[in-house]
Amino acid sequence: MDHFPTNWGKPRNDSIDAYNTYPLHPRPDWRPKDSFADGVQRTQQPIVTGTSVLAIKYKDGIMMAADNLASYGSLARFKDIQRLHVVGDYTILGAGGDMSDFQHIQHTLDSLMIEEFSVDDGHKLGPPEIYEYLSRLMYGRRSEMNPLWNSILVGGFKDGKSFLGYVDLLGTTYSASTLATGYGSMIAQPLLRKAVEGREHLITEEEAREIIKTSMKVLFYRDARSLNKYQIGTITAAGPKIYEAQSSETEWSFAEGIRGYGAQTQ
Amino acid sequence: MPQQRQFNPYSENGGTILAIAGADFAVVAGDTRQSEGYSIQTRYAPKVFRLTDKAVLAVNGFAADGNILVKTVKQRLEWYRHAHAKDMPLRAIARLIQTILYAKRFFPYYVYNILGGIEEDGTGAVYSFDPVGSYEREACRAAGAAQALVQPFLDNQIYFKNQKPKPGQSHPTHLPLDHVLSLVIDSFTSATERHIEVGDGLEIYVVLARGHSAQGLSNIPGAQEISQTDEGERVFVVRRDLKKD
Repeated sequence: MDHFPTNWGKPRNDSIDAYNTYPLHPRPDWRPKDSFADGVQRTQQPIVTGTSVLAIKYKDGIMMAADNLASYGSLARFKDIQRLHVVGDYTILGAGGDMSDFQHIQHTLDSLMIEEFSVDDGHKLGPPEIYEYLSRLMYGRRSEMNPLWNSILVGGFKDGKSFLGYVDLLGTTYSASTLATGYGSMIAQPLLRKAVEGREHLITEEEAREIIKTSMKVLFYRDARSLNKYQIGTITAAGPKIYEAQSSETEWSFAEGIRGYGAQTQ
Repeated sequence: MPQQRQFNPYSENGGTILAIAGADFAVVAGDTRQSEGYSIQTRYAPKVFRLTDKAVLAVNGFAADGNILVKTVKQRLEWYRHAHAKDMPLRAIARLIQTILYAKRFFPYYVYNILGGIEEDGTGAVYSFDPVGSYEREACRAAGAAQALVQPFLDNQIYFKNQKPKPGQSHPTHLPLDHVLSLVIDSFTSATERHIEVGDGLEIYVVLARGHSAQGLSNIPGAQEISQTDEGERVFVVRRDLKKD
């Protein structure tokens, strides 16, 4: 019905559907776009990056480790960065990959924890919930072709149960009693699996530390983007705890015995 | 414009799945290894999931897409259950999976799906899909890394291809459960020998129609029931180890 007298008696324009009289299914918009739209950045490359993160299940809970380096390509740019992050009372996140994306994730999760605190319904987010939220976030961003360029380990202990999971920039997830990201998955994982698999419930905290220490030492020797300064984090029934930075004892003097090394002329 | 390596939103996580339909049962199996390239990500990541007491879905390809697809299908089944006060029939689940997959025709779920279970008429059924939703009901199907090793074995042992029956006899149209389970286990141990992405563990889901007694399963060690109700169809899981190298 055309209410406007000025339209009466004039040719009708059916392309205008002023009263939404029929549904139009959402269609993709293939009209030429504003060329500035190309300036919108999506797919990226990581810039300031962290290397491996390791984690194992042991008798009392989960132990995780990551070094304190954020590299700028081959430059060891920031040597005092903490790549392990506590979320709430039951969970620790460890991330490799782009550090600005990880900081964004930390801020997002901190806001989430504040929201949940405000809801005040007697429930607290535990490791499985944080993991599910993070996996959905990571997969969602990859599906927009704008990933958060990280590989993340989520470790936790709540209500007597340990939790350990991996999620990355593709939204790929998996769980095992030993996990490692980056070079750690090539160099440390075989050592972790040999030491831990099948005997998680027997490993004491001291033994877990030794296993981690050995792997972090090998990684410092063999990963060119690592630093000999790292932190260990644990989550047990007593809650999450990140320890002071420590270093590995390394052995370099054998190099003197190699012919052609340094100032030696055989 | 400088050349940049574009982000690839897909990856391949290896593994193999298989489903076989019997006269009044269906078997859906998958190994439990998840890998990327030459690395094993984990030795236990399930690829086969119980949707209802009549339907089991196996997903293989890119694990992130596979896991999200399973969550989506399960959510749609729950909505159906609330709307219609009954479980979705198997052929309807198959059609649902087609529409879910085709909806992402231009950014697909990189997943090869195999749905197995009991049809409304009590027969065992297997439906197999391609990543964009093309599907077909079959007697048996293998998918994934070792498809090329397993499917020909099944063609010979289940469809009796390239085999002549004894004179005066004909090939059986359906095989009994214990024989089918042996074929499944042999398929996976063989695939594990020759394909690096297959191994670690095997999970076999068995769906039995109402009439089928669970007696056959008492002979199989380690069969665990996971059905939700006592009447109606029943679902069991059988787990086995596979070589870890």
